[in-house]
Parts: sequence; C-alpha cells; structure tokens
Amino acid sequence: MTRRLLWVCRCALSAAALVVAVSAIGEARTFRWANDGDPTTMDPHARSDLFVTTFDMNMYEPLLRRDRELKLEPALATGWSNIDPTTWRFKLRQGVKFHDGTPLTVDDVVFSFQRATAPGSDLAGQLAIVKEVKKIDDSTVDFITDGPAPILPNYLVGIAIMSKAWCEAHNTIRAAMLKDEESYATRNANGTGPFMLKDRQPAVRTVLIKNPDWWGLDDQPIDVDEVVFSRIENSATRVAALLSGELDMVCNVPPQDIERIQKTQGMKLWETPELRTIFLGMDQGRDELLESNVKDKNPFKDKRVRQAFTQAIDEDAVKTKVMRGFARPTALMVGPGINGYDVTIDKRYPYDPVAAKKLLAEAGYPDGFEVGFDCPNDRYVNDEAICQAVVVMLARIGVKVDLLAQTKAKYFAKINAPGFTTSFYLLGWTPTPLDTLHMLSNLAQTRSKDFRDGAWNEGGYSNSSLDELIKKIQVELDSEKRNELISAALRIVKEDFAYVPLHQQIVVWASRANVELAPMGNNDFQLRYVKLN
Amino acid sequence: MLAFVVQRLYQAVLVMLAVALIAFALFNYVGDPINNMVGQDTSQADRERLRQELGLNDGFVVQFARFVARAARGEFGLSYQQARPVGQIILEKMPATLELSFVAATLALVIGLPMGIYTGLHRHSWLSQLLLGLSLVGVSLPTFLIGILLILMFAVVLGWLPSFGRGSVVTVGWWSSGLVTLDGWRAILMPAVTLSLFQMTLIMRLVRAEMIEVLRTDYIKFARARGLTNWSVNFGHALKNTLVPVITIAGLQIGSIIAFAIITETVFQWPGMGLMFIQAVSFVDIPVMAAYLVLVGFFFVVINFVVDLLYHVVDPRLRVDRERVGIG
Repeated sequence: MTRRLLWVCRCALSAAALVVAVSAIGEARTFRWANDGDPTTMDPHARSDLFVTTFDMNMYEPLLRRDRELKLEPALATGWSNIDPTTWRFKLRQGVKFHDGTPLTVDDVVFSFQRATAPGSDLAGQLAIVKEVKKIDDSTVDFITDGPAPILPNYLVGIAIMSKAWCEAHNTIRAAMLKDEESYATRNANGTGPFMLKDRQPAVRTVLIKNPDWWGLDDQPIDVDEVVFSRIENSATRVAALLSGELDMVCNVPPQDIERIQKTQGMKLWETPELRTIFLGMDQGRDELLESNVKDKNPFKDKRVRQAFTQAIDEDAVKTKVMRGFARPTALMVGPGINGYDVTIDKRYPYDPVAAKKLLAEAGYPDGFEVGFDCPNDRYVNDEAICQAVVVMLARIGVKVDLLAQTKAKYFAKINAPGFTTSFYLLGWTPTPLDTLHMLSNLAQTRSKDFRDGAWNEGGYSNSSLDELIKKIQVELDSEKRNELISAALRIVKEDFAYVPLHQQIVVWASRANVELAPMGNNDFQLRYVKLN
Repeated sequence: MLAFVVQRLYQAVLVMLAVALIAFALFNYVGDPINNMVGQDTSQADRERLRQELGLNDGFVVQFARFVARAARGEFGLSYQQARPVGQIILEKMPATLELSFVAATLALVIGLPMGIYTGLHRHSWLSQLLLGLSLVGVSLPTFLIGILLILMFAVVLGWLPSFGRGSVVTVGWWSSGLVTLDGWRAILMPAVTLSLFQMTLIMRLVRAEMIEVLRTDYIKFARARGLTNWSVNFGHALKNTLVPVITIAGLQIGSIIAFAIITETVFQWPGMGLMFIQAVSFVDIPVMAAYLVLVGFFFVVINFVVDLLYHVVDPRLRVDRERVGIG
C-alpha cells in the first residue's frame, strides 16, 4: 500500500516537474522575425552585404558601433583619437570574453583586421586606406593610414572582431568565400556580442540565444532570451505569417500591404526614412549616346537638358502615386542622417514641364529626342513603377524613353564598370560610412583608370573644381571645416544637375503591438534593442 | 532485358548531357553573379579577380567541359550564395521536396480516384456536376493563388495551420522528416493540397473518362447479363481495366509534381529544392542551378525508365511481342 502511494507520489512529482519545465519553456522570451533575404554566412568578413553584416553583428562586435540615433559609440573600444594626422589610436575594452570563454586581446584585433583585408574577405575595399594595424600594448592598438583618414572610425563599424585562437583552431584564418571546402566560420560563430549562435539552417532558420556573460548587460539589459529568424521571400506569405501570429515582426513590408496591417488590431508599423537616395543618372561622358536617335552629339552634355529632365519629374506624384506616401522627396544626393547633409540647400527645383520644354528647345531639341533607360526591377522599393512614371513624365516634354527594366543581376552587369553601357538609368546609393564623401567619390568624382575614383559614376560625370574639392574633403580632419567643404561640393552637384535626385525611400517594418524595437535608417537591426512587453 | 537496360542508361547519359548543355546556354542570359556576391565598395580589380577565380571569363565550351568533368566525379562546386558545397545543399533540401511530392501524389490518388469512379458511375448526379465544376476551378486557378487563398483562410483567419515552413523535423542520417511529428503534418497539409490539386483533377477526369469508356464495352454488358452484382461489375471488371493508363499517367506525373513544387514551395516557404532553385536563380548561383537542373533531368529519366519497366510487367502483350521478335 505504502509502496503504491509512494509510486503515485513520485508520478505526481515528476508530472509537476514536467509542468514546471514546460511552463519554463513557455516563459522563455522568444522573438520570431522574418526577412526576404538570408544572412548567407555567419562569417562577418566574408561578405560586405548589408543584411549579412547587420545580422552577424548581433553575435560579433566591432570596435565602434552606432547607437539608435546612428551616432558612433564605443563597443569593443572604449576610446579613440587621432594622435597624429595618419594615426588613429584605440583603447580596447578590458574584461571582454568571446562566447567560448577566451578573453579578448589586442592580438585578436590585429588578427581580425588582417583577416578582413586578406583575400577571401570582401571588406578590403572599405579598408583600402589602412596601411598597418599595430599593437602598442595590451590595451592599445594603432591604425596607421595612408594619409589623413577623417572617416576611418565610420568604416570600423562594419569590421567584426574575431578570436584569433578560435580561427586558428578551426582552420579559418582566411575568410574563404569560394575555396573547395566550406569554411568553419560559415555556419559557426564565436564573437563577443550580446547573442550567441544556437542553430543555423542556411536559407531557412537561424536561432540565436542571449549571451548571459555579455559585457554590456549592466548598461543595457537584454529583454529576449531567444531569437528565431526565418527567411520568407514571398512578401504575401511573410505578411500572412505576421497576421496569423506566427511571427512577432517582419522586415520590408511592401507598400500595398501597409494599409491592411494598419487596419489589423494588435499590429503596428515602423516607418523609417532610409539613408538610401534614389536618383536618375545620365551619360555625360560619351560624345554620342549609345541608345539615342541623336547622332554625333550627346544631349546630356548640355546642362540645360539635364535641368529640363530635373524639372520634368513630378516627384510629388511619384511619392503619392507610386510610393503611396512612403518616400521623402530630395534635392540632394544624400539625405538627413548622412554626415554632411545640408538642409539649407535641400530644396528641389520646382516641377515645371513648360519651363523644361523651353529649356530643351533652347538646347536645340524642340521636339525632344529618344533615349534608352535602364532600370532594375527587383532592387529598390517599386523601382520599375518609378521608372514607368519617369517615362510618362518625360513624354510630356517630348522625350521618348525606351525603358529596359530587368533583374538586378542583368541590370548591374549592363551599367557597371568597365562597360558602363547605359545612356540613362535609375540607381540608389547609401554611403557605407554614412558620410557624404563616400557618395561624392563614388558618384561625382571623375572616373580614374582603375575606377577607384568614381567607381559608380556610370554616367561619366566630370567636373575639375569638384574633384579639387573632394580631394580636400578626403584629408580634412577638422570636422567643421570639412562639413563646409562638403556643403560646397553638394551645391556644385546640385547646380550642375549632375544627377536627378528623386527621393529617400521610407522602409516599413511591421510587428505585433507588444514589440519594441529600434529600426535604423541604415537598415541596421540590433536585436539588443528588442523588447517584448 | 539487359540490352534494354544498357540502352536506357546510354540514353539517360545523353539526356542529362543535353539538359546540362541547354542549362549552361541559358546561364548566359540570367545575368552576372559578381555584383550579387560583392559589396558596393569592392574595387573593380577585386571584382575582376573573383570573376577570374570562378572561371566566368572562360568560353562557353571550357566552362561546360569543366562542369561535366567535375560533375562526373560527383563534384558540383561551392554555391556562390552560401559558400557551401552544392551537393550538401541539395541533399539537405531533397527530403523536403520528396516528402511534399509523396504526400501530394498520395492525396491526388486517394481523393482523385474515388471521385473519378463516382463521377464515372453517376454521370448525371448533382454531386458529379459539383465535383466536375470544382475540378475546373482547380485546374484553372494558378497554384500561387490557391496557396495564398489557403494561407489566408487556414492560417490568418482560422489560425489552424502554419503559413510557412516545415514545422519540426526529425533527422535520421542525412534524411530529415517532417512526417513523424504532428507539427510537421500540420505544416505539410496546405502545401501538399495546393500541389496535389492539379494532379487530383487530372486523375479524376482520366478515371472518369476511362470508366465511361469501359462501361460501354461488350464484356461489361455480358457481365451484367450474367447477373453479377453492381459492385463486382463496377470494381471487379470496369475499374481494373481503367487502371493501366491511370498508373502510367500517375507515374509520369510524379516528375511534374517535383517540378511544379517550385511554385508551391515559394508560396509556403517550403525549404525544398524548388525554393532553393528560385533562390539560386535570383542570385545567379550558377553551380546550384546547374546541379538542380541535371538532377531533375535525372529524376525524369529514372521515372521514365521505371514506367517503361512497369509497362512490361503490367501489359502482357508487350512481353509477348518482344519475345516473338527475339525468337524470330
């Protein structure tokens, strides 16, 4: 009898334990979210893809990071300064441990920068100005640059610090993008960041868990214990999964679904003006356009034609009709949030098709002309629809535009270096270091032979006084003086009608109403800010 | 028989070479992978180096020959997108697609067959008319629309079934199965129904037409004259004779179910080979695309081969003819 009673008791106890265990699982605060893209690798040096870096930087950390207002703040470095014009000195945070328990040292920093600039990594282009990374003592590291580098700290935000010992132990001292074998770091991670990799199913599901030993926990408690990321490419399915309660948050809500989510109880939208500027570019380099009925001369070399194009575009209509309000019309090639943005000159030339037609007539094209137009159809929000609107608007001033909208893989192959086979195109640009200089040297500087300058200047725009200015901006360490120079450069780009800026798109994320997060204009998504109420 | 198999194998190799050749010719039109692989700050020199390393600068013939030589050794290279061996990726994705296809094909048979028999026997009943009408909707609505509508109904409005993914899976060796968990079954239901609708309609219409045809034949009349029960006539005599073409078509359709799975998998984010292929196309992940197309070619060859063999088993006349030829 007693034995049986004991048995019953034991059963009850274990059942109770089970219930406790189950409810503990239920209480684990899990944040489930989805995006259309996948962080294709867990190796933070292998790709310089925005989403990969954003995702991996929840596990790995850079020396400096950006706070939710996009200002630089200390991460693994506690302080930094220019000790001479070509040396940046960083103080390393002490007492930090990698997820596997090994302590972070200056050697790891030196190693990480070697790894990030070696073949196999795609980050070398961002660090081209760094000549040497030198260990000074156990807490100090110097970056020696090839000439003054005022915005080097901005670039360091994207460079993760890896453990030298871990990389050596797993034979991944090079970020192997495409050797014959998979690199260990592609599906495994060992950083110092607030989250640790728990499970990785490429292109399907990635699970992160909270790092209980993260150095920053005292200042910033982390609210979620577990983060489950799913890739859902089809936007209708993605939105449905949010509405059905299977997800807490989705990135990149297409404009047509926004209204529906707005009307659904218990959902909320996160609108963030993006730092990317969408604009039109024109071939101003060739003596004769590749795709036009104008022979022996290039109409875009005439500033009046470029101005006519600028004033023929009704950006307000693009904003309301095509973008459904989710755009910020711009007169500049950079938007608010980019260092150097100058609100005093951000005033668009008025939409005026009559004036535009007059300008065309003055330039010698009273009946307009015909030109080809290259456009991606899977790169930016509503890119093809914007291009179709442009075609209609230019038709009003007599310009016949032949639109070629195609997938980005074909589009970029056509318009990019070394061929630049385009006459007129739509492109978007976010300066990697969030500084205007990056836009200027990529889009507005005269193309050099190796395309290091003007790498994305597809239209071959060239202005020697602007080039002079850009060279000064590159080496000016005084930020006030530097911003004045940038303003002057932005003014030249605007008044020369080098490009036709359209808008900065507003990205929309959606979540359940109980979710707090911090979307950022550079599309950065730091999970440490996520709260579930 | 051996000669037949050898001849078939020889043809299979030729078919797969042709598939690979056509695939490679098409890759020239999908675009340039380099820009997808590198960031905006990667220098022109580095882009060129990567292109050289991947062999994208080589001529068509060189690239094709290299692919065939490596594929013959079972090597498909590394995915451009994931930097992992293509063979491994495909092995990971295959169970999802095969399970989905299997469940969809079973659904199509188990539901399509009785519906076909019923509509064949009771041609003018209202239920038959309803089923035929519904089946017309089934074939004419595009798969992705059906999928989205199902998601809307059962995931968003009713909240019964998950809208994406495979649920929890159990891994045995390299095979991962969702068919052993309740969660997995819930997840597979909508994609499988979506995928099976077309085949279901096809089987139903085929069985119905065959039934009607067979029921008109003399031996059915004689069977009735002998006073056999309806059951025995309909199922023992009529149905048996309709099944030969149904088996053939159903077998051949397995190939197209696997191929059609691309759209269904995209709608439901089903992590199978079809979704993998779509992802590869948008990234211009040439190694993955090439391997997938060759593999699908291989599936079709195998299925055709099996169906050919089944013909010999099912239809005695074929065997007799061949033997006579052999003797003669």
